[in-house]
Amino acid sequence: MAARLQSLGATGARFLSDQAPLLALLGIVIGLTIATPSFLSARNLVVVGTEASVLLVAAVGQTFVILLGSIDLSTEGVMATSSMVVALLVANDRTHLSLGAAGILLTVAVGGGFGLVNGTVHAVGRIPSFMVTLGTWYVGIGIATVLFAGQTPVIQSALTTGLAQTRVLGVPPLVFIAAVSAAIGIVLLNWTRFGRYILTIGGNEQLAQLAGVPVTRYKILAFSLAGAMNALAGILATAEIGNGSVTVGTGMVFATIASVVVGGTPLTGGRGGIWNTVIGVLILTSIADGMILAGTGPQIQQSVQGAVVVIAVAASSWALRKRLRVVK
Amino acid sequence: MSETVLAVERLTKHFVETVALDEVTLALRAHEVLGLVGENGSGKSTLLKILGGVVRPDSGRILVRGQAVQFSGVADAIASGIGMVYQEQSLVPNITVAENILLGQEGSAVRWGWYNWKQLRQQASIALHQLGLDIDPMARTESLSFAERQMVEIAKVLFLENRRHVAPIILLDEPTSVLESKEIDTLFGQIRRLREVGSVVFVSHRLGEVLDVSDRIYVLRNGRCVGEREAKQSRHDDLYEMMIGRSPGQSYYHEESRLPFDEGRPVLSLDGLSARKRYSDVSFEIHAGEVLALTGLIGSGCESVCRTIFGAEPFERGLMRLEGVKISPGSPADAVAMGIGYVPAERRIEGVVGGMNVAANMILADPGVAARRGLLDFRRWRTLVAGWIERLRIKPASPRADVTALSGGNQQKVVLAKWLLRSNLKVLLLDHPARGLDVGAKTEVYALIRRLAQQGLAVLLLADSIDEAIGLSHSVVVMRDGLVSGRFSASPGRKPLEAEIIKCMT
Repeated sequence: MAARLQSLGATGARFLSDQAPLLALLGIVIGLTIATPSFLSARNLVVVGTEASVLLVAAVGQTFVILLGSIDLSTEGVMATSSMVVALLVANDRTHLSLGAAGILLTVAVGGGFGLVNGTVHAVGRIPSFMVTLGTWYVGIGIATVLFAGQTPVIQSALTTGLAQTRVLGVPPLVFIAAVSAAIGIVLLNWTRFGRYILTIGGNEQLAQLAGVPVTRYKILAFSLAGAMNALAGILATAEIGNGSVTVGTGMVFATIASVVVGGTPLTGGRGGIWNTVIGVLILTSIADGMILAGTGPQIQQSVQGAVVVIAVAASSWALRKRLRVVK
Repeated sequence: MSETVLAVERLTKHFVETVALDEVTLALRAHEVLGLVGENGSGKSTLLKILGGVVRPDSGRILVRGQAVQFSGVADAIASGIGMVYQEQSLVPNITVAENILLGQEGSAVRWGWYNWKQLRQQASIALHQLGLDIDPMARTESLSFAERQMVEIAKVLFLENRRHVAPIILLDEPTSVLESKEIDTLFGQIRRLREVGSVVFVSHRLGEVLDVSDRIYVLRNGRCVGEREAKQSRHDDLYEMMIGRSPGQSYYHEESRLPFDEGRPVLSLDGLSARKRYSDVSFEIHAGEVLALTGLIGSGCESVCRTIFGAEPFERGLMRLEGVKISPGSPADAVAMGIGYVPAERRIEGVVGGMNVAANMILADPGVAARRGLLDFRRWRTLVAGWIERLRIKPASPRADVTALSGGNQQKVVLAKWLLRSNLKVLLLDHPARGLDVGAKTEVYALIRRLAQQGLAVLLLADSIDEAIGLSHSVVVMRDGLVSGRFSASPGRKPLEAEIIKCMT
């Protein structure tokens, strides 16, 4: 009986630690509902949903990269370039192009190209992903600035701005795009060789290689996917403001990594997944939104978000703490 | 007599200065469990590695089903139907058992990149059922016990072999060394099942086990095959004599250079040391010049005790004394300052800093020895390092060599030199110091350990095998489930038997 209780206790403890991000999200939602009655209002939920969508799209890509044990810091650069590229390819007041949906797809492909470069340089050149993507972040910002050329392109394509500025079933279409992205991410991770091999590589890259897994190919694929998702996030953010902008992705490197980690996917890779990231994104977005509703200043908001990340990571790795554990 | 599936003819393998295998010839028949016994360093692991495609022989032939083969890698061996189950585990922890079994060989279970989990599960189940295993193929691998994971490794090898549609040849390298007696029974059940479908080579240095499970036994000694026996017609003692031969294991451990220690001078003493959930009430003394072997199964707590002495894990109750003074090292840096040195098991990870040269690695524990007024004195550093390179016969004898370019044995000497450079060193903790070294290197490391003890150090040894513990130490302390379960004096002439120690371990 005692043993059974003990094993029940252990199962309970594991359940708690596995579901900690979800429970934290519930706690935050309940807390915010009580503190600011307008939090659960339909209008505010649309705001939270829109904010969360752009972040979620980029964070899904980031999740695949982090599951490998790598990292993608190029998010803001790719978003900046894709913002300018999409604004110049669809109907706008600077170029005579009006490619519409094709322009959007081309922009996603440009993002995929960024990821392809990231992945290839990292996996083939065996250069840490941290350094490669730190570089392409600034390359992306540079390209965007060149394309910007001192003149903001205003988008005149209703299809593009409509992604954020129309309503389908009461919410902007980008919410559905984000939801579908997450769903596709979950399917990829659990039912395809791509996803399972990413987890395997994240679990033990050397063993994967010895078993004949083409590690380099799957790493490049993961980075390419992340690049394409970053471009899509850039397009959605651009649709929201209606013009191409170099700063459209500002803060997204922090936000995507924070969402992935707060959701329970460690930077060491191999564990966690897309569902965790969905919860991480909702946690971060609700806290930010709750603080806006409560009238907190923007500087404090950043500090609180930063603190949330540190606390979440400390809490999740507390059990692993040992004197000789090397943490870098 | 049934057909020969695997034949080895005059196989020879030299390592730098030693002969690991000397013209070994043997044959494995269909549906046979072949036992391979020998002391540490007798060459049985080398032989297995050659058969598994890990190591290439210098000369000799391998014939698989009558065809001469040359393996340039593990994949070649697998293609010929030879699968090896390693001592170390090689499963990816965070994916399912089924994925691990089929990893890289999913075949029809993955079509167009899509996982067919049902097929994946079925195919894994077939391999698991062949071994009569009741393991859920969809379980996360890390949720399995150590013994279960080992069974999965066997299932994985079996699966690969099934794909080739030939009767598998399965090599098991010391599979019992980390198992408990009940798990060993299960494993033997598996081995008997494997015999139904193929052939098995079973390597162990525990004679009893080999006699139990094998049909036929080869005895290796000093790289030579010294005997072949039908298991039914051989007795434990005969095999033991054949294994040890005329040159006793003592010379391997340099028993002749062992000196009695000074019983009046305890250097390190533990008194009722306890740490929650890891060990409790552990007491022993190590004297100047004494080598004390602390041994036990995984989870027995002996590694934990060792790490506590080095300040890497805290303890809650009890006393630790160094030369009579109460100590409680709060970190490895503390322990080092007190005169405790630690040679870790994971040499490559914990012992040496790769990318740094030999000279830099040597003064890592105490750069002060090569410094004058707080700055490194290059001339003093150079003479110091050159002296130790010569004394320990480190090869290549260059202080500038990158330490990762050295062989395992030489790396271990650099690690030892690092501690010997410290003038205040009193206690040296050796965590599996000879793990993964070849025979020659082992002999040298053992000789070095002897010399250290002679110089008055107190040495705590976590040995790789019971054999090593008995051969190298003055006294043996055995732990089981966090408690000290046995103490033996290992003086020459009245060494404890391996069986006595195993009894205390399990």
